[in-house]
Order: sequence, then C-alpha cells, then structure tokens
Amino acid sequence: MTINTATALRVRTSTGTPRALAPVGTVLRRAGTAGATLLWSALVAVPLYWVVITSLKERAGFLTTSPLAPPASATVANYRTVLAGGFGTYLLNSAIVTVAAVAGTVAVSLMAAFVIARGTSRWSRWYFRLFLLGLAIPLQAVIIPVYLLIIRLHLYDSLLAIVLPAAAFAVPITVMILVSFLRDVPDALFEAMRMDGAGDWRQLWSLALPLVRPALVTVVVYNGLQVWNGFLFPLILTQSNERAVLPLALTLYRGQFGIDVPATMAAVVLSTAPILVLFIVARRQLIAGLTAGFSK
Amino acid sequence: MTVVRTRTPGAVAMAAPALLLFGLFGIVPLLGVLVLSLADWDGLGTPGWAGLANWSTVLSDAGTWDALWLTLRVMVVSWLVQTPIALALGLFQAAPGRIRSLLAVLWFLPLLLSAVAIGLAWQALLDPTFGIGATPGLHWLARPLLGDPDLALYTVIFVIAWQFIPFHALLYQAGLRQIPVTLYEAAAIDGAGPRDRFWRITLPQLRYTIVTSTTLMLVGSLTYFDLIFVLSGGTGGPGTATRVLPLAMYITGFQAHDMGRASAIATILVLAGLALSLATTKWSGFTRMSSQQEGA
Repeated sequence: MTINTATALRVRTSTGTPRALAPVGTVLRRAGTAGATLLWSALVAVPLYWVVITSLKERAGFLTTSPLAPPASATVANYRTVLAGGFGTYLLNSAIVTVAAVAGTVAVSLMAAFVIARGTSRWSRWYFRLFLLGLAIPLQAVIIPVYLLIIRLHLYDSLLAIVLPAAAFAVPITVMILVSFLRDVPDALFEAMRMDGAGDWRQLWSLALPLVRPALVTVVVYNGLQVWNGFLFPLILTQSNERAVLPLALTLYRGQFGIDVPATMAAVVLSTAPILVLFIVARRQLIAGLTAGFSK
Repeated sequence: MTVVRTRTPGAVAMAAPALLLFGLFGIVPLLGVLVLSLADWDGLGTPGWAGLANWSTVLSDAGTWDALWLTLRVMVVSWLVQTPIALALGLFQAAPGRIRSLLAVLWFLPLLLSAVAIGLAWQALLDPTFGIGATPGLHWLARPLLGDPDLALYTVIFVIAWQFIPFHALLYQAGLRQIPVTLYEAAAIDGAGPRDRFWRITLPQLRYTIVTSTTLMLVGSLTYFDLIFVLSGGTGGPGTATRVLPLAMYITGFQAHDMGRASAIATILVLAGLALSLATTKWSGFTRMSSQQEGA
C-alpha cells in the first residue's frame, strides 16, 4: 500500500495541534455529531409518526387538532374504511405480481449468469454486455413501446402485463449480482463435476445453485421490493380497479377519499405493512440485498 | 487457469430465456421508441408514418427544453444535497455501537416505502392548512411549498433526497467497512488527527463507492417519475414547474395522446441515460469482468 506510507509521512510533518486542545475539539465534534444525528432522526421519524397518528384520527377532528399531537381518542375507523374499499384485492394483486415477477427473473437470470460466469467465449462476453447495457435503460424511456407490445399481445389490463416487463427489467441487475457471485466459485469445482460426466444442467442444479444461495436471497429481496413498490408499469399497463396493485390503489384511494387525509394515511400505513413485516423478519438480507450489486 | 468452453446445447438453452424476456421487453422497446418517434399514433389505433414531424415539433417546443433544463437542475442539486448527507450518515452508521445501529434501522425506513406512499404522505404533511405548518412554533412552514412555482422544484428535490439518501448512506456504509483498519492504525501511530484521516484515508479509499453512488444518482435523476407524479397531482405543476422529462413524456403520450411526440421525448431520455452511463461506467467498476476478490 503506497498510499499508506505517503499519507503517514505527510501526516507526521503536518500535525501541529497542541495536545491540550484536543479534548475541546473532540467535545465540539461530538456535540456536532449528536446535533446532526438528532436532526436527521427527526426528519425521518416525524413524517412517519405523523402518518401513523393521522391515520388514527377521526376525520372530523383531524383539522382542528395540532398536527403532531396524538389523537385524543384513537380510532381504527379509517382502517376499516380502507379494508372495506377493496384492499384485499389490491394486496392479492401485488402479491401475485411480485411473486411471479421475482420467480421469473431469478429463474432466467440464474441460468444466464451461469452461462456468463462459466463461458469464456466472445459470445458469452457479448451476452453479458447486453445486460450491462440494460442497467442504463430507464423504464420510463421505453414505456411507450412496451405499452404497444402489451396491447398487441392482448395482455393489456391483466396482471401478466405488469409481471412480464417488471421481470424483464429486473434481469440485468440480477444477472450482474449472480455473475459476480459465480465468478468467485473456483473453476476446479466445475471441472471436477464435468470429469464425472455432469452436463451443464447438472452443474447448474447441484453446484451453482447451492453455492449462490446467499446471493439468491439478496436478489429475491431486492427485486421483491422493487416490484412491490413499482408504479409506472401498473399505471400504464392496467386500467380496471380489479387489476390495481397497491401503489396504484393508493392513488385510487386518494381520488376516492378526496380530502379525507386520515383515511389516505391509513391506506399508506396498510400498504407499507407487508414490507415492514418483511423488514423485521429479514432485515440483514434486505440490507445486504440493497448494497450487494453495487459495492462488492 | 482459464477454461475454454465451447457452446454446448445446454448453455444455449440456459441463455435463451433471459435473452428472450429481456430482449422482448428491454432491447426491442429501446429500438421501438426510436421507430415510434417517427410515427403518428394516438395510443389507440394503428401507428402511421410521420417522418421527422414529431422531432421538429419536439425540438422547437420550448416545453421540451424547459423539461430538459429542469431534469438537469434536479440532477445537479440532488447530487449536491444527497452526497454529503449520505456520506456523513454512512460514516456514522459504519462505526460500531448499539445506538448507531438502532438509529441506522430508523434511518433505513424511508427506503422501504413506495414512492407513491412517500408522495402522498409528504403532500399532506406539507399542506399549508392542516400539514406540519399548523403546529404551534412551525408556522414558518405553513406556506404552499408544493404550490409555489419557485419553491415546488426544491420541495420535490427535498422529498427525493428523503427517499434516496438512506440507500446511498447504505452504499457508503458498506464501502467504509471495507477500508482496512491497518490504514487508520498506521495513521494514528503517526499522530494523524480525525480530519487528516478523513481527507487522506477515508475519501481516497471511497473513490469507487463515490463513483458508483454518483452514477446511480445521475442516471436515477432521469427516472424520477413516481414521486413527482404524485406530489404534483400528475401534472408536473404548478404550471410546468416540476415537469421533468419523464413527466413531459407521460403527459404528451398518455394525457395528450400523442405517442409519436412522446416517443421523441423518450428517445432524448434514452440518449441522456446512455451517455451518462457510458461516461461513468468506465470508473464505476460495473464492467470489471473478473472476480473482485482476487488481489484486493
């Protein structure tokens, strides 16, 4: 590490702070850190707190109470309103779309990543480049041709209309994460299997799959979050209420509830609840998933 | 040891599904948007030929240039706002400690919410009559932050930062944890203060993380749609104060039913995305083909 010695040398000659002053600097630094920490925590927590308490307020009393004061008498009426307004259908749609898209993405991406990681031919390198290019395609930019395609395939206003493009656009990042995992598997392991007469499918199933299991959790969680929260595909590729997924349903609720802010906030809380449960169950995997593709 | 592998029937069958899925919904639309930009289509009937008419309309429309300019402003200001805060939070989160990890969990929460949920929550929270500004002591916030053409864009940038800073803080946290402790130990022995350690060790060691985070922020800036769509009630308003390119495309295509012109706008979006990616992927490490664990 050449940086190391160079840095050390420069630091030695440039540090001239008297020892007695150091604690003052430390105290100031700590106070600054504590203040900034508190400020950011408030910025994150206050809106979330506001959403939750507002969802528990009565519509009538809402406008007259102080925004940050907890409700005098908490009510779950708003939640009843939301649940009665087709929430079950939206939740089910979101679940179907997410599970189908993630399963599809992971299945096709794992096979692709295996081919890319094991192959050294020019062909497999171009294949990888194609997906790297895909990382740069903004969803928004291609939504019009996708819309035309979905109409022509007679899939408009079906859940499959969301599943297919959502899965397709999750493929590049998934391939990238899986490839970076598979590249770390020693060639010798695959060679040994090949010597024993195992074909590509057997190597994929019995060797690659178990080895990338941690990465699989990562991509499932990451893609799951993306698809679950996705808005553009549902907005453009579906139309009827019965096909609405949760993010789209939130905008429908707002249209339906109008100025009924407590009910809208109850819908926000309910739509977020499944993700919060997932977060509590799989926090580590979720965090690993969000960083894995970018900071290995 | 390099293993030269020829194309086996198994490998071709494994590569095909991802290629088919991503090709159909990713690559074909990418070319399709260019073709459609030369078409005359209202979104319902059959596309007809329009030649360069859409392009001359779009390029001579001041609205297009406004949208491009807005997009660039959002891009630059977002980077300036998000990067220092994300880096600071990453530094705080990366250090060990119970309180730190608890706060990190709290700070992570905005990342779980859908853009629609965040948009609805902030839209209500920032309402001048019943939002946060109605709290005693916070009356200075009781102004039309989203309704004032001069303030709306910055309000939107603020909410975008609220949503995405946790993700970038996470990237920085992961990057920081990979810096060898020995570097800091050596510096400490040589008497380097916190400031020296930050500028001479931390920042240089984070260069790949900074480039990665920057790339994602810049390319991501081209795709801010959901949040602005919800915050502005689907209009990119007030007026056109927050009508960034993706929103201009949506409004032209799906509200004004001019898919040809919308495709021309989308093509600009594609070109901007590709240019940004090509310019930055070189340094981001996305294209490093081999395992990054070797020789680290």
